[in-house]
Amino acid sequence: MPDSVRLTVNGTGVEVPAGAMVSTAVALADVSAYRRSVSGEPRGPLCGMGICFECRVTIDGRAHCRSCQVVCRPGMEVRTDG
Amino acid sequence: MADREFDVVVVGAGPAGLTAACRAAECGKHVAMLDDNPLPGGQIWRGASKEAAAWMRRAERLGVEWMAGARVFDAPEPQRLAVETFEGECRIGYRSLILATGARERFLPFPGWTLPNVMGAGGLQALAKSGLPIAGKRVVIAGSGPLLLAVARYMKTHAADVRLIAEQASQGAVTRFALRCPPRKLLQAIGLRAGLVGIPYRTGCWPVSAQGKDRLESVTLRCGDRTWTEACDCLACGFGLIPNLELAELLGCRLSQSGVDVDEFQETSEAGIFAAGEATGIGGLELSLVEGEIAGCAAGGNTDGAKALFGARSSHQRFAKALEEAFALRAELRDLPRPETFVCRCEDVTFERVRACSNWREAKLHTRCGMGPCQGRICGGAVEFLLGWRVESVRPPVLPARVGSMSR
Repeated sequence: MPDSVRLTVNGTGVEVPAGAMVSTAVALADVSAYRRSVSGEPRGPLCGMGICFECRVTIDGRAHCRSCQVVCRPGMEVRTDG
Repeated sequence: MADREFDVVVVGAGPAGLTAACRAAECGKHVAMLDDNPLPGGQIWRGASKEAAAWMRRAERLGVEWMAGARVFDAPEPQRLAVETFEGECRIGYRSLILATGARERFLPFPGWTLPNVMGAGGLQALAKSGLPIAGKRVVIAGSGPLLLAVARYMKTHAADVRLIAEQASQGAVTRFALRCPPRKLLQAIGLRAGLVGIPYRTGCWPVSAQGKDRLESVTLRCGDRTWTEACDCLACGFGLIPNLELAELLGCRLSQSGVDVDEFQETSEAGIFAAGEATGIGGLELSLVEGEIAGCAAGGNTDGAKALFGARSSHQRFAKALEEAFALRAELRDLPRPETFVCRCEDVTFERVRACSNWREAKLHTRCGMGPCQGRICGGAVEFLLGWRVESVRPPVLPARVGSMSR
């Protein structure tokens, strides 16, 4: 198994340690808002365990994925709201 | 995905779920263990935990089938669960079910708590274990309970710059708790504190607001009459733990004050459905392990094996009681949210609007509080404390599910 995985966040390449969650890739891409709230506030992860849904992003075209619960895979395309 | 049938299904692969699955399998049962998370271990053993790995090896030797990333979103008929994974949906049948759904953090709203980088205490630790870089980050840890110390230790070990631990409980309560701890627990706590030399641990101290533009820049804290602001990159803040009860409620299990109501064999009010670990009330690792073992033995038909563990369970329950009393939340925390502070983060509902309602159901109907993707898992624990409401009324899907999964 390779030590790191390459994927993109909002089109920018990011390299994360193997086994890291998508939430890590978004943080490494220095994105401030994983999503925008219904009133437009920037939001990021809160619970870290799949409960709060604040860290949701679009992964390979699938919307509303909880980034803290999905392991990064090579070539994944991640999109955030901010 | 194909539907499956098992003798025993265990929901949750934390300490209680792992011991339950192993004990049931030792009775010769065909056991499945599933968890929403991609790896076993639950929250306390998240990441590359030796303990979780050892229990998983035992479970695998016993033929326990492990389903990762599987979330139960419905119980469409008796003895059947509807389960969704990243790949698809299936139905899982059981003769006995063991709920080991664990706990989550209680969050309390204060001005600025929705800013990115304000996280749970366990939340930050979980994210760090998932790879989030924390080295060199200025971290303030706040809230309540022994978890704060464990998180501080983890952060320090991983080169974070921990500025402060703010415990809302009073010094007196914390000292009394320490004196009631069993010696082994006390040594553990002393060891933790020794590893935190140089980091201020303030009791009777809590955050009153967080500031920042697009993300957190500082947190304002109060301790007695003193209020001051600390610059930081992360605020890790959790006010104790609350059990995950949604699935138990959906299955019609009776609840007690502390969690799922169970008898001495960990069986719920619903025959053939057991519950173990934090879901039955917050009690810590050791209690979860022994409750899981009892539930696994009972579900597997090994009544004597279950009875042999009753004594161990009682002693751990005493510790749980001391924990609950020491870290009870102080009334001042009810004044944290301002009228315009969001209580429900999914639907951006302010405290003012929620407070104008007379109960949870009315708040849901009139303000959409608790109606977003988390379905009240975050705001529910807050309003329970802030307004004294009973927060219930689950309905399927208990977690957001794809339309295709629900259409059969």
